Amino acid sequence: MDLSQNHIHNQFAANLYYQFGSDNPFPSMGTQQQFPPFTSPPFDASPSTNIPHMDWNPATMLDNLTFIEEKIRQVKDVIRTMVDSGGQLSCHQGELAQKQPVVNADLTCLIVQLISTAGSLLPSLKNSSFLSHPAAGHMDMANHVGPSSGLVPNAMTVSEENKEDMCSPEDYEELFKGWTDGAIEEGIEIDNVLVEEQDMKDGDEGIDGENLPPGSYELLQLEKDEILAPHTHFCSICGKGFKRDANLRMHMRGHGDEYKSPAALAKPPRDASAEHELVKRYSCPSVGCKRNKLHKNFQPLKTILCVKNHYKRSHCEKSYTCSRCHTKKFSIMADLKTHEKHCGRDKWLCSCGTSFSRKDKLFAHVALFQGHTPALPPEEPKTCSDQSSHAGSHQESTKVPNSMGSSFMWGASSGDNNALDIKGFDGCNDDFLSTANFGSFNLSFGPADGFTGEPSGGSFSMLPSEHFQSAQKKGQN
Amino acid sequence: MDAVASHHHQHRHPKRRRLALALALSLSLSPSPTPDAAAPPLDSLADELFFLVLDRVAQADPRALKSFALASRACHAAESRHRHVVRPLRTDLLPAAMARYPCATRLDLSLCARVPDAALASAVVSGPSALRAVDLSRSRGFGAAGVAALAASCPGLADLDLSNGVDLGDAAAAEVARAKGLRRLSLARWKTLTDMGLGCVAVGCAELRELSLKWCLGVSDLGIQLLALKCKKLTSLDLSYTMITQDSFLPIMKLPNLQELTLMGCIGIDDDALGSLEKECSKSLQVLDLSQCQNITDVGVSAILKSVPNLLELDLSYCCPVTPSMVRSLQKIPKLRTLKLEGCKFIADGLKAIGTSCVSLRELSLSKCSGVTDTELSFAVSRLKNLLKLDITCCRNITDVSLAAITSSCTSLVSLRMESCSRVSSGALQLIGKHCSHLEELDLTDSDLDGEGLKALARCSKLSSLKIGICLKISDEGLTHIGRSCPKLRDIDLYRCGGLSDDGIIQIAQGCPMLESINLSYCTEITDSSLISLSKCAKLNTLEIRGCPMITSTGLSEIAMGCRLLSKLDIKKCFEINDVGMLYLSQFSHSLRQINLSYCSVTDIGLLSLSSISGLQNMTIVHLAGITPNGVTATLMVCGCLTKVKLHEAFKSMMPPHMIKNVEARGCVFQWIDKPFKVEVEPCDVWKQQSQDVLVR
Repeated sequence: MDLSQNHIHNQFAANLYYQFGSDNPFPSMGTQQQFPPFTSPPFDASPSTNIPHMDWNPATMLDNLTFIEEKIRQVKDVIRTMVDSGGQLSCHQGELAQKQPVVNADLTCLIVQLISTAGSLLPSLKNSSFLSHPAAGHMDMANHVGPSSGLVPNAMTVSEENKEDMCSPEDYEELFKGWTDGAIEEGIEIDNVLVEEQDMKDGDEGIDGENLPPGSYELLQLEKDEILAPHTHFCSICGKGFKRDANLRMHMRGHGDEYKSPAALAKPPRDASAEHELVKRYSCPSVGCKRNKLHKNFQPLKTILCVKNHYKRSHCEKSYTCSRCHTKKFSIMADLKTHEKHCGRDKWLCSCGTSFSRKDKLFAHVALFQGHTPALPPEEPKTCSDQSSHAGSHQESTKVPNSMGSSFMWGASSGDNNALDIKGFDGCNDDFLSTANFGSFNLSFGPADGFTGEPSGGSFSMLPSEHFQSAQKKGQN
Repeated sequence: MDAVASHHHQHRHPKRRRLALALALSLSLSPSPTPDAAAPPLDSLADELFFLVLDRVAQADPRALKSFALASRACHAAESRHRHVVRPLRTDLLPAAMARYPCATRLDLSLCARVPDAALASAVVSGPSALRAVDLSRSRGFGAAGVAALAASCPGLADLDLSNGVDLGDAAAAEVARAKGLRRLSLARWKTLTDMGLGCVAVGCAELRELSLKWCLGVSDLGIQLLALKCKKLTSLDLSYTMITQDSFLPIMKLPNLQELTLMGCIGIDDDALGSLEKECSKSLQVLDLSQCQNITDVGVSAILKSVPNLLELDLSYCCPVTPSMVRSLQKIPKLRTLKLEGCKFIADGLKAIGTSCVSLRELSLSKCSGVTDTELSFAVSRLKNLLKLDITCCRNITDVSLAAITSSCTSLVSLRMESCSRVSSGALQLIGKHCSHLEELDLTDSDLDGEGLKALARCSKLSSLKIGICLKISDEGLTHIGRSCPKLRDIDLYRCGGLSDDGIIQIAQGCPMLESINLSYCTEITDSSLISLSKCAKLNTLEIRGCPMITSTGLSEIAMGCRLLSKLDIKKCFEINDVGMLYLSQFSHSLRQINLSYCSVTDIGLLSLSSISGLQNMTIVHLAGITPNGVTATLMVCGCLTKVKLHEAFKSMMPPHMIKNVEARGCVFQWIDKPFKVEVEPCDVWKQQSQDVLVR
């Protein structure tokens, strides 16, 4: 596991706790925004074709079927050309291989479309069929989209007009709104991939963003310097950042005439065109990172702000140190501020010395590790000292001398700059059981309010399960 | 326990008598008394024989053990080694008691209302103790430190009862958690306990089999979930009146060994929670108590019944209306033996459905149910031939029809409770005695029972508890039949049986030597003769003779001398009883725990003399003309074990406030009564009529 992976552990821990707080521990699960879960290319002459699930009527159904028919025909054509060219020259093998994933994606899309169309007949079946839809073709798509493909659209070429249509200023508003709400948002693009739009809006159908099938969104990747630039104004179309809104406005002019009026630059009203709004997802520029599109379990980032925060947290130095505990370090000022608010006030203690800001987190931790027990706050000095000496037995071999320090701070290991990085090392490390480690594992593991310790959020699956097993084994020892 | 706490220097005479008994018993057992004149024959007995002797002595008269121990050094040592239960009267004697009985495995402190931390620490100061069980359920005054001392010095502690520890919280729970071997634990009414303390216990006591968290209002789902995760061996769990919800219900039901689950009054448990098990089921669960769960309906009950195929006992009292569909789902638990539906409302043919769905039922309670009709009850009992216990208390609509059905089909009934079934005629009541001769417990309070009915009951020779209060038709003659035929009677309630006089009571006293409890309140004709005959019932521990104006100190003194186990005494409105009676009580009734003296002619002298009864816990002293605030204050200061005192409100201002505070600090609760002074007692028939008028209204 390379260093960046280690960072991810820490970052997620921090992310979970300090950014999302108690509101929404799942960055990926946020359902405030409605994302069309599955989209299809606007091949249709009338791109406004919607498939409303709830209000089924024969006309809509007919539309749907027409669409599917059309789609099948297209795929057939592509395959036919493949067959034809294959007959002509065997050396076209490479091209074939390149087209195959595209076909796969199309077929996936078709299946989804079929299911959803059928599902509108049987509302009770709807959820299960959607939720169980595997992210097939996910990898294929991501690979296909490789970094070099740049702005070149995939096989299903999208006309320039259509593209303009879809990249409506809605995104900007979305971004702005999220920003002011303090939610995590961002954006900037490089790759412009597969564009399919067929809004299947449905209240509960929202599905968390992580399950968006590849190809149903536009994938963008900002460069490092873009991410780190102190921009606050981002282009909703290409994601480019600007220091001043004026610069952004000037930039917007380049995207077309409709951005030239002041009215267009003000918050555009949310109208029917919102349904054509393009879903954007972002890739981290750091290769090897799970948030990078090359990663085999790639999980895209939702907004530009997500990209910025993720990149800073995971791949940058943590230059802000907590002035209270002098231990915790952050790369984002807001994280530090959040931490300082709670620093020293984590009242939920474990016998191992780890402390938590929330009781359910402590209990998830205690549930996970053999022999750990909730510890009472040091109002009863006797009890407390007993507890800590008891806990000491778990970690005789710890390298960090004062990790059991009286402060019971979050990850109160030492003043060492690398203290937090230690957490991520493999289970074979001697000080695996240091307080810091337990803290880290709990944090990365305790996503849900659920108590079972099951990593329910997809974003948590990145933590190798061996870690927990070995941690438990050691705990038992 | 007497050896520990009672006063050694008194009562030489009875003691000598007991010693003689003890020696006689032991000598008759010893194979061949050694001829050696130097050593007393007893000393050479093997331990095993000593223990046999001790067991016999204890069986004959528990207090003879003390005499036995005083016979010789060997007897003393043997008695020390043989005692396993120590129940001290006072905590200051605890160290001595534990030193004397090193083999004791059970320490019962229920007689010590106040147990300071220091006492707990000193009890077990001499090295590791053999104690396996400690009962502190009735004690207060200790905290985390005391629990810590106990846990530290009793490595084998497996059973710890800390119920009613209203002042105890997480710190104490953390100390409890150090007793790693605990199998049984009660933390009932630890109102300040939170998930943190429970978490400590859950992690520390992984061997727990039985746990009570009743009334632990601070405990939430988080703690219970952790408990379910860590204590997989739990077989019995009481979560009554806690705030648990569906979130922890599921993990509890998944406990692999859980047999008994009590969820009384859990308002967070609703139909969704009960339905959340879906297809999973708890094969181990045998007893489920959902009584008083207000947010449950028949739908939820039907749902949960699908998940507990091996249930033996179900309590749905005061829970939800009983519908036919819910009852039909009882068919899914064919082994169900006990069904309690107290205070439930029957919808449509719900009761009939019980008859068809629960054929293996042994025990059915319909107490206070509404909608119980003759037709339905008759149908149900006609199918429940195996019924052993039936409770139809306050099913006021049933008549002779139902009783005829019950007595003809449920002939093996052991317990029948039908208080206030006032529409059943005296003729029908005779059927009980005629058909149900296995009855051990019968409650016919407030019925039309007459002499013929009692005569029929004479066939029930196993009768142990008979409650026939407010039966105005019964007479001495009827009671004579009971006295002659029911030698096993332990408990008889003759409250307001105005037709009774001494003759009937004398018959009971003579025929029922096992009698432990008798209530003669407002049997106004009773005189000292009754008490004199009752004084031969050596096991009598409860005597209630409220409102018997003809009883005097003479009768009471006989009771005091004869019934040495007397622990509960109510002599309210026995106007003739004076200080003399109190002096006898103070001399002989050292087991007395509870006394009501209201309206007696007792003065400060009598009251003060009572203070020598060191175990006295509960006193009611209202409307005594001869009592002064000083006398009360002095008595309260001396009685160290008092937990509850009822006094007239006027005393509140007349007693020194700091004295009241002092007594309260020792664990005593004052209850100030302001009822008007009322000497006259209504005749029984007037009283009964008044009570029925209330019902009609």
